[in-house]
Amino acid sequence: MLPQLYRVQHVRDEMPDTFTLELEPQDGSAIPPFATGQFNMLYVFGVGEIPISISGDPAKRKPLVHTTRAVGTVSRAMRELKPENVVGVRGPFGSHWPIEHAMGKDIVIVTGGIGLAPLRSAMYQITAQREKYGKVALLYGARTPEDILYRKELENWRAHFDLEVYVTVDRATGKWRGSVGVVTRLIPRAPFDPQNTMALVCGPEIMMRFSAAELEKRGVAAGNIFVSMERNMKCAVGFCGHCQYGPNFVCKDGPVFQYSHVKDLLVKWEI
Amino acid sequence: MTFHALHISDHVVLEYEHLEQLLTVLRSKAYQVVGPTVRDNAIVYDTLTSVADLPIGYTDEQDGGTYRLKKRADKALFGYAVGPHSWKKFLHPPITRLWQARREGDGFHITPENPAAPKYAFLGVRSCELHAIAIQDKVFMGSRYTDPTYQARRDDLFIVAINCGQAGGTCFCVSMQTGPKATFGFDLALTEVLEANRHSFVVQVGTETEAQVLSALSYKEARSEDIQMAEQVVANTAQHMGRQMDIPPTEVKGLLARNLEHPRWDDVAKRCLTCTNCTMVCPTCFCTTVEDVTDLAGEQAERWRKWDSCFTMDFSYIYGGSIRTSTRSRYRQWMTHKLSTWFDQFGTSGCVGCGRCITWCPVGIDITEEVRAIHESEKTSTFLTKEEE
Amino acid sequence: MHTLELILAEHAFFKGLEPRYMQLITGCASNVRFDARTYIFREGEAAERFYLIREGKVALETFAAERGSIVIETIEAGEVLGWSWLFPPYQWHFSARVVEPTLAIALDGVCLRNKCEEDHDLGYQLVKRVAQIMMQRLQATRLQLLDVYSFRA
Repeated sequence: MLPQLYRVQHVRDEMPDTFTLELEPQDGSAIPPFATGQFNMLYVFGVGEIPISISGDPAKRKPLVHTTRAVGTVSRAMRELKPENVVGVRGPFGSHWPIEHAMGKDIVIVTGGIGLAPLRSAMYQITAQREKYGKVALLYGARTPEDILYRKELENWRAHFDLEVYVTVDRATGKWRGSVGVVTRLIPRAPFDPQNTMALVCGPEIMMRFSAAELEKRGVAAGNIFVSMERNMKCAVGFCGHCQYGPNFVCKDGPVFQYSHVKDLLVKWEI
Repeated sequence: MTFHALHISDHVVLEYEHLEQLLTVLRSKAYQVVGPTVRDNAIVYDTLTSVADLPIGYTDEQDGGTYRLKKRADKALFGYAVGPHSWKKFLHPPITRLWQARREGDGFHITPENPAAPKYAFLGVRSCELHAIAIQDKVFMGSRYTDPTYQARRDDLFIVAINCGQAGGTCFCVSMQTGPKATFGFDLALTEVLEANRHSFVVQVGTETEAQVLSALSYKEARSEDIQMAEQVVANTAQHMGRQMDIPPTEVKGLLARNLEHPRWDDVAKRCLTCTNCTMVCPTCFCTTVEDVTDLAGEQAERWRKWDSCFTMDFSYIYGGSIRTSTRSRYRQWMTHKLSTWFDQFGTSGCVGCGRCITWCPVGIDITEEVRAIHESEKTSTFLTKEEE
Repeated sequence: MHTLELILAEHAFFKGLEPRYMQLITGCASNVRFDARTYIFREGEAAERFYLIREGKVALETFAAERGSIVIETIEAGEVLGWSWLFPPYQWHFSARVVEPTLAIALDGVCLRNKCEEDHDLGYQLVKRVAQIMMQRLQATRLQLLDVYSFRA
C-alpha cells in the first residue's frame, strides 16, 4: 500500500491550532471516491504519517479536504506546508456514516470541537439530497466562541429553512449572545422524533459517551446512534494491531461504529 | 526403488542416514532450508546446511522463566520442544523496509520494494507451530487486505513437520487442541523413532505435489508396526504435557470477556515488567510499528516496519496521552486479545499452547495459571452464594 | 387559567403530579414576558419565584472584578430557571439576564414552599423534581469543567 502523491493546493488556518489542507493528485488523475466518515493516511516526507478524517464534499471530490489540529510532530509539519508541496495519501479507509439508511428519517448530528470535520462531509451529503430525509438538526459544541470551527458554513446552514443549527459554547467570552453550556443540553429540546431518527455523534470520547446516553434517554434506540472512534493507527489496514478497541480494529471495523456495538466498551477504562 | 506414486496420507519410512538426502533435494530445488540449531545456549531457528547442523542429542528443560539446554543420552535430532524463535521470524520478518522515497523538485518520488522473497523450506515444524502459521495466514491473508511481505514468503513455503517425541515443561497443546500430532498444513510430517538398533523417521505425505520430493529419496514402504510405533511416540508425548488450560479455548473466551475488571489483573500487574518478551516469542503475535527515517541531508526517506508490542507505553498513544497507561490494562489487553477477542476477529483462539510466553517471561507469569485463577474464583463465588442461602 | 393549567400539566417538570396539586400550582402561576437586556433577578436578591421558560434565552451570570460579567450557562425553552426558592437562605446565587425576548410561566415560590411545609407529600413531589434538575445541571457542569475540547500536552 504505497502512498499516492498529492500536491497541496491550499493551507488554511481555521483556528489557532486547527488548519485545513486542500490536495489534488500530482499526476492529475481522479481522486478515488470516498464515503463520509472515512479517513486517509497522510504522509509528510521524512516526518511521518497520520490518519485524518476527510471533511470535504463526497460529490465534489476535488480538492481532497482534510481539517486537523496541529498537535503532534507530523500535524505540525503539515501545517508548515506551502502550496505545491507534495504529500503522500493512502486511502480512503474505514467505515462510514450510514446515511443511506436514514431515508425518510430525521437526522440529528451531535458534535463538538474538531468532531465537526468528518461530519461536515455528512452535512454536504445530506443537504445535497435534502428531500430524502425528515427533520435535520445539527448540534455543535465548542470550547469558546473563538473555537467554533467552520463558522461560515454553520451560518450558511443556519440560513437554510429546512435545517436547524444549534451552537453552544462551554465558556462564554466577549460578546457571545448564543447558548452557553455543554452540547448534551441541546439534545432534549432538539427537533427530531426519537422513534424515527438516525443520530451521528462525533467528538471527544467523553462527549460522545454522554451525548449517546442523553440521546438514549430521549428515546433513540442504541442501534440508531453512530459514533466515530479514534485510536493510534500505523497501517490503517488491520495488520499493525495498534488501533484495537476490544475486539474491533478501529481502522477497518470503524471509525464509525453503531453505538449498540460499542456501548459496553465506551464505559470501560483503558480498554 | 520405484513405487507407485505417493498420495496424501501415505506413510513411508526414511532411515536416519538418508535424511541428509531430504536437505540436498530441497536445496537442489532452490529452497533455503531453515530449522533448529544450537546457538547461544538455546535451540533457535536458522539456516541449515546439513543434518549435522541440527541439535543432535540435545533437549531442553523449560519452566516458568527458565530455559536450559541439556544433553540427551541418545542422538535424537528432534528431542526437544520449542525455543525462543518461532517461524514468524521468516514469514513476518522482524524488520523490513516498506519503501524508499527521494526528494524531486518540490515533491518526492517513491520506490517500492522488490517483492521477491526467499523460498523457504522449514524443517521441524511442530503441530502447535502449524496452527500458529495457519493463524497468521488468517491475519495477513484472510481479510479484505493482504500483506504482500507475508504472502511472498508464504506462497512457496515447503513445510516438513515433526510430530513431537517429547513434551516441553511449559507445553499445553493438548488442552488447546493444537497437537501434538500434526494433522494439516504440512508437505511432509516426520515422526522420529529411536530403537535400540535403529534410528528412523516415519514420514506422512501431506501434499501430493511436494511428495515428489520424497520420490527422489531412498525410502521404504511403512509397515503397520512402523506406523504404530510412530503413533505411540505421539501418544506418549500427549501424556506428558507440562501445563494445561483447564477449560476449552471457546470457554476461555467467555470467561475473560466476563471478567474484564477481575482483581486478578491487579495481581498480575504487580508481577509483569512489561518487558515484551512474551509478544516477541509468541508465534502468533503480529503487531508492528512503522518508522519513517531520513538521511542527514533530508534528501532520502525510508519507511521501515518493525515488530512492536502492545506492552509498550506508547502503543496506544493518541494526542494527549496513551489509552492504556497502566501495566494492568496492557497485560489485560494482551491476554484478552490472545485468548478471547481473537475469536471475534479471526474465528479461533490466538494461543496454540506452545508455552514460550511462560518460559521466556522473566518473572514466570503463566497464562494457564492466570486463567485458572479467574476460573476458580468464578466457581468459588457461586459456591459462596449458595452458602449465604 | 384553563390553558395555563394545561401547559403546566404537560410540562416535563410537573408531569405526573396529582390533579389536586396541579390546581394548587396553577393558582400560584402566571404568564410573564421579559424584554431582552432586562434582569429577571439579580444575585443576592430574595428568591421568591421560579420560572418555566417557554420561549427565549436567559443567561445565568455572575461578576468577577477583573473579568466583568461572566455567563455560566444559558437557560432556554423547556428548561426550569431557579431552585433557590426552595432551599434556605432563599437567595439567588446568580443573576438572570434576558438575552432574547423571553416568554415564561412564573410560579410563586414563597406560596409553594409554605404549602410544602404543610403538605409533605407535595413537598416530596416538588423536591424530587427539583433534585432531578439539579442532578442534570451538575452533570452538565461537570462536563463543562472537563474542558473536553482542549488539548493537554
